[in-house]
Amino acid sequence: MVTPVSQQQFKLPDVGEGLTEAEIVKWHVQPGDQVEVNQTIVEIETAKAIVELPCPFEGVVAELLVTEGQTVDVGVPIITVDAGAEGGVATPVSEPPAQAAALKQDVVPSVAEPGMVSPDKPKRQPVLVGYGVKEGATRRRPRKAANGAAPSAAAPAPTPTAPAPARPQPVDGGLPLAKPPVRKLAKDLGVDLAGITGTGPKGSITRDDVLAAQAGPRPAPAAPGVREERVPVKGVRKATAAAMSASAFTAPHVTEFLQVDVTRTVESVRRLRELPDFADVKVSPLLLVARALLTAVARNPMVNSSWADGPNGAEIVVKHYVNLGIAAATERGLIVPKVKDAQDLSLPALARALNELTAKARAGKATPADLSDGTITITNVGVFGVDTGTPIITPGEAAILAFGQIRDMPWVHEGELAIRKVTTLSLSFDHRIVDGELGSRVLRDVGDMLEDPLRMLAWG
Amino acid sequence: MTIDSVRGAPGTPGVAEPELIQLLTPEGERVEHPDYPLDLSAEEIKALYRDLVIVRKIDLEAVALTRQGELGIWASLLGQEAAQIGSGRALGAHDMVFPTYREHAVAWCRNVEPLKLLGLFRGVNHGGWDPAEHGFHLYTIVIGSQTLHATGYAMGVQRDGVLGTPSAGATIAYFGDGATSQGDVNEAFVFASVFNAPIVFFCQNNQWAISEPLERQSRIPLYKRAQGYGFPGLRVDGNDVFACLAVTRKALENARTGQGPTLVEAYTYRMGAHTTTDDPTRYRLKAEEEAWKLKDPIERVKAYLVRNDLADAGFFEGVEDEAKGLAKELRAACLALPDPRPLSIFEHVYAEPHPLMTEEQEQFAAYLASFEDEGVAS
Repeated sequence: MVTPVSQQQFKLPDVGEGLTEAEIVKWHVQPGDQVEVNQTIVEIETAKAIVELPCPFEGVVAELLVTEGQTVDVGVPIITVDAGAEGGVATPVSEPPAQAAALKQDVVPSVAEPGMVSPDKPKRQPVLVGYGVKEGATRRRPRKAANGAAPSAAAPAPTPTAPAPARPQPVDGGLPLAKPPVRKLAKDLGVDLAGITGTGPKGSITRDDVLAAQAGPRPAPAAPGVREERVPVKGVRKATAAAMSASAFTAPHVTEFLQVDVTRTVESVRRLRELPDFADVKVSPLLLVARALLTAVARNPMVNSSWADGPNGAEIVVKHYVNLGIAAATERGLIVPKVKDAQDLSLPALARALNELTAKARAGKATPADLSDGTITITNVGVFGVDTGTPIITPGEAAILAFGQIRDMPWVHEGELAIRKVTTLSLSFDHRIVDGELGSRVLRDVGDMLEDPLRMLAWG
Repeated sequence: MTIDSVRGAPGTPGVAEPELIQLLTPEGERVEHPDYPLDLSAEEIKALYRDLVIVRKIDLEAVALTRQGELGIWASLLGQEAAQIGSGRALGAHDMVFPTYREHAVAWCRNVEPLKLLGLFRGVNHGGWDPAEHGFHLYTIVIGSQTLHATGYAMGVQRDGVLGTPSAGATIAYFGDGATSQGDVNEAFVFASVFNAPIVFFCQNNQWAISEPLERQSRIPLYKRAQGYGFPGLRVDGNDVFACLAVTRKALENARTGQGPTLVEAYTYRMGAHTTTDDPTRYRLKAEEEAWKLKDPIERVKAYLVRNDLADAGFFEGVEDEAKGLAKELRAACLALPDPRPLSIFEHVYAEPHPLMTEEQEQFAAYLASFEDEGVAS
């Protein structure tokens, strides 16, 4: 395509120091829009930051040459602007005349293949400020080889235009290729980059690759035209549905909520991790929540009980042991393995039991014995990134505690506003067994212990 | 992450403004300070306003040019105009400035063409102005090292025996809050103090050393550091152009008359990024920026001029138009800057020929000549 003289193209600049590409995040203008010099036209995301680009020209937008979501090499034209009708070209084209002439022959890469190198003879182009070094620019060689060594290696074959999709090439056996924001995303989502096949340039891993990997193996797309589909209810899902319906319709649920400053709990977790007793086991805030609930149960045994409709009328069965259920999300659905006789376990033993049981459940290896005879349950909804919920009591139990995400929140601490680690607890209980006063006390006990973990010692 | 942030974020009102010298409030009200009387005519105040508006416009244009790939990088002075114009307009003909890389407004006061600054950041010159002619040294990129150069220069002036005479010149060294943690700056303080050098240390405390907040540089207000070295230190509202002018005038006069160094901490805020290559939204809160916006250095002068009927709408429009025009000219001139000849890099390294460099120059010339057929200018 020959660029008409009245049109000006803006090439993607290097907005950092030595960045080579950027992703188009959002266009602020559309073809036909009037633009002024320095008007923001597009947001791009580089490896360092999201940056708004100001338009270097004045006129009417003729064409957006790249689309949102596309990753574009530095130096690739991204927008064409027609010079304003009345004033003509307000700003001179930035390039010296020789290059301006060359520009007229520029092949505008097709939208499908950004950054593809013109198959023409590589142009010799002095380095423009902020545009990096052109393909081939470093390969130019002296007409007369000084000592005959380099020439053959240096003669560039025309670069293939479309890089073959490849697995990320680890650099010297190191990390797979991915930009820092993508690495951060993967880390945040718990996705291992080593297991992903990149679809970006040179096989690098893109944001979409990570999101796809997190979503698990991509399900086969539904046949076009299918607007609904029926998934058979079976296995864990079926059992869960039955139990939840039974529970919700038989036990009158009451749910109470409590926001708690858990800064000290978070600090305690950090210090526990440093103790040799916990060297081989994962310590998370959930461990201290479990311990706090066990302590609260010891102080308020009635909450650890079940409702029984016997031949002699209804009875409340108070358990003096705690089989602590931990709700775990698994590929097969919700599974609640139980830590048996949790009240007798030392803190390291409790940590180990929690880890082993949830790992077993996630691997689909939990035995029926692991999953039965619970007395009270904790559900850690915080792992889903939510603050709280109204948990439904596991059938045969009297209460369930939901533990939300821990967030930095403004909080009044010792009379001053401070940034503290705050979470939300919610406790659902069977109102036939547990009245509001007892339920509140249990929730308050757990909250107090998480606010100051020393209370677990005092009350344990 | 600060769990107990009871000390308050930088710039939080009430936390960090002890003994702040201020002559013009953020609302544009004139206040008096017993040590710093200042009597400016309407024309002088309007001139300061014009300076502030123009340097901001030039700065914004340079940021835009960087975003368009025309400059390699730019260190924006947005928010620090008053500290730079106030101190810059306090300077006399014999004074010498040792800047960092952000003192674009001081350069403006010293008649350094803005285009020269852009050339530096475009990578086509190394500054290109004569430091002696402008009384404005070349930009120093290395953090804090110019304070030692400045102290040495000041000690030289002292040895010229001109202090106390009309031809005495003071030296002023600019640096930021982050630089105060550097060894060079601390060494400069020691030398300046014990030799009673005629120097003003002008620290623009803009609260952030790239992504490090002030509380990671000092547990005491920076101006109080001077006391430990044995010379006076004071804190001035860095967004108050009147106060910066008055305070710097006095500190420079003290230096010229042999009364030794002063540390001026201009308490201000970097409204933009450290440079165009970083993203402040990743390390600081929007609320902090919003709080400082209310202390804008330009708006308060405008409010003062309007409130006291010293300027009309025509004046403000005229300044705005002038600034826009300058920015437009600057853009055109920047885009037209020629790329330097490759061999010119050898021309200003040594005053006299140097054998090793001559050899390298010849080798490079031969290399360039080897592909003459492709028309590369040397």
